[in-house]
Amino acid sequence: MSVTSRHKEKKESRMKRKNKKVDTVYYLGVGFMAVLFFIFHTCAFLKGIFFSFTDWKGYGAWNFVGLKNYFYVFKNKDILAAYAFTFKFAFISTIAVNIVSLILACALNAKIRFKNFLKGIYFLPYMLGSLIVGFIFNFIFGNIIPKLGQTIGNESMSVNILGTSHAMWAIVFVTVWAGCAFNTLIYIAGLQSIDTDIYEAAALDGAHGFKRFRLITFPLLAPSFTINMVLSVKGYLMVYDQIMAMTGGGPGNTTTSIAVMIYKQGLGKGQFAVQTANAVILFIVVVAISIFQLRILEKREEKVG
Amino acid sequence: MIKTAEKKNNLITIILLIGAVVFIFLPLYMTIVIAVKDPTDMNNVLALPRKLRLSNFADAWTMTDFPRKFLNTAFITVVNLVFTLITNSFVAYAITRNRKKSKFFSIVYYYFISAMFIPFHVIMLPLVIQASTFHMDNIFGITFLYIVFGLPMNIFIYSGAIKSIPEALDEAARIDGASPLQIFWNIIFPVLKPTSATVAILSFMWTWNDFTMPLVLLTDQKQQTLQLAQYIFSGEFSVNYNLAFASYTMVLIPVLAIYLICQKWIMNGVVAGAVK
Repeated sequence: MSVTSRHKEKKESRMKRKNKKVDTVYYLGVGFMAVLFFIFHTCAFLKGIFFSFTDWKGYGAWNFVGLKNYFYVFKNKDILAAYAFTFKFAFISTIAVNIVSLILACALNAKIRFKNFLKGIYFLPYMLGSLIVGFIFNFIFGNIIPKLGQTIGNESMSVNILGTSHAMWAIVFVTVWAGCAFNTLIYIAGLQSIDTDIYEAAALDGAHGFKRFRLITFPLLAPSFTINMVLSVKGYLMVYDQIMAMTGGGPGNTTTSIAVMIYKQGLGKGQFAVQTANAVILFIVVVAISIFQLRILEKREEKVG
Repeated sequence: MIKTAEKKNNLITIILLIGAVVFIFLPLYMTIVIAVKDPTDMNNVLALPRKLRLSNFADAWTMTDFPRKFLNTAFITVVNLVFTLITNSFVAYAITRNRKKSKFFSIVYYYFISAMFIPFHVIMLPLVIQASTFHMDNIFGITFLYIVFGLPMNIFIYSGAIKSIPEALDEAARIDGASPLQIFWNIIFPVLKPTSATVAILSFMWTWNDFTMPLVLLTDQKQQTLQLAQYIFSGEFSVNYNLAFASYTMVLIPVLAIYLICQKWIMNGVVAGAVK
């Protein structure tokens, strides 16, 4: 401990001596890209906040309207329904994806045959664009499953689920199908970092099977769990591609997520300013949930560590 | 103990194999089988085709203007890849090495990292307006935006790797009279190769599979990408599934080919990118 801190001190004093010798080319390179990023990314973000206080339609003249758009967002039934759908979808998908991924990761990490081949197969969905995956499953839900339902005489199976009030579950299924690959890989990396000695010690203490998983494996997977939970929730709150490919937000508005709503209402229907306000709220929601999750999950990591 | 360690678990292997066949192989098999079938041969979708009909591919090729869309997508992907690797790695290097020496670099670092919290859909609407005023609603503009928008994530990934390269390496080169750019290009960039591989994979996946940004920015038919074309033609495709699946197959094949060639690389890269 003392050696490293002394080393650090030395390093720092050496740094301080060189303090003024930062070459201009570094300033130029970083400054140039930072300015570009500011103009094209941050300015767009700030403009969005700015226009959320106006009544702009995306063209023509505009006036300041104060917080009117925000009140509208909180009062509009369609927008509130989109929030309800998005939260429900993100919650269910996050849990489903992480449960399936954990099981898959444990299975793929077990002593199995064709390990690398199987890992390769289960990671494949990550490579495929979610739009085309959505189209492929569209066909499965629209043609293959109804036909199967008719053959076996199951009535609820013989209709296209995407046209019913259960459409969300089909989208969740496709999300799990596509999302498991990444999460599984992260869990496998976490499982591989667990020392096998711990398992042997656990075996001596009589911990096997699910008990071993619950008491040893799962707590030690805490860092992987944190990454997966935060990225999943953030990703699924922004769900877009699958919905555009599978239902387009329908039937009715039942599967319209916030991201889909921002696109559809903001660009075509003259609700530009209202939807920028919606986007600002969505941003605050996503950041708040991410920070909240990180706080809780990191506290859990500390407790385990 | 050793004996049991070497014994393979057949039950789990079989369950995983069945799962792989049902959930991964079957949808892909279906995609390809439908792509080579005649529209009259669709009674039993999953059966092998009675007659191979490769003209579906030719029809999809002309209908979606595949060559042009492919070149557009390839242009965006390749140019983005090259510029991302060169510029983003240098920015990450400059920031990481100078953070302790100058506050400027620290501020820029935190600026980029906090920008990661802004999802694309939040800036989408103003971006569309901005892109049309700057005349960026074409493949050149979108490529430029990809390069700039990738900065936060890539700086994050690169700086983790740069921290682990000893500064003595830079120091030695500096004493030998190398300029900062020379040090970066001749010494640091080659050492960063594994990280660049990660960044390259993530960039490739992003631009090749992205659908949202092309959808809102590329309104001109001639500028559109492969993914976007699949969406634009979904109306026509819903009346001729064989054509649709032939088209999907053609879009998926380049990705599948790349996956087959560098699968291990990709899996390691994705983990490295996420865990850092």
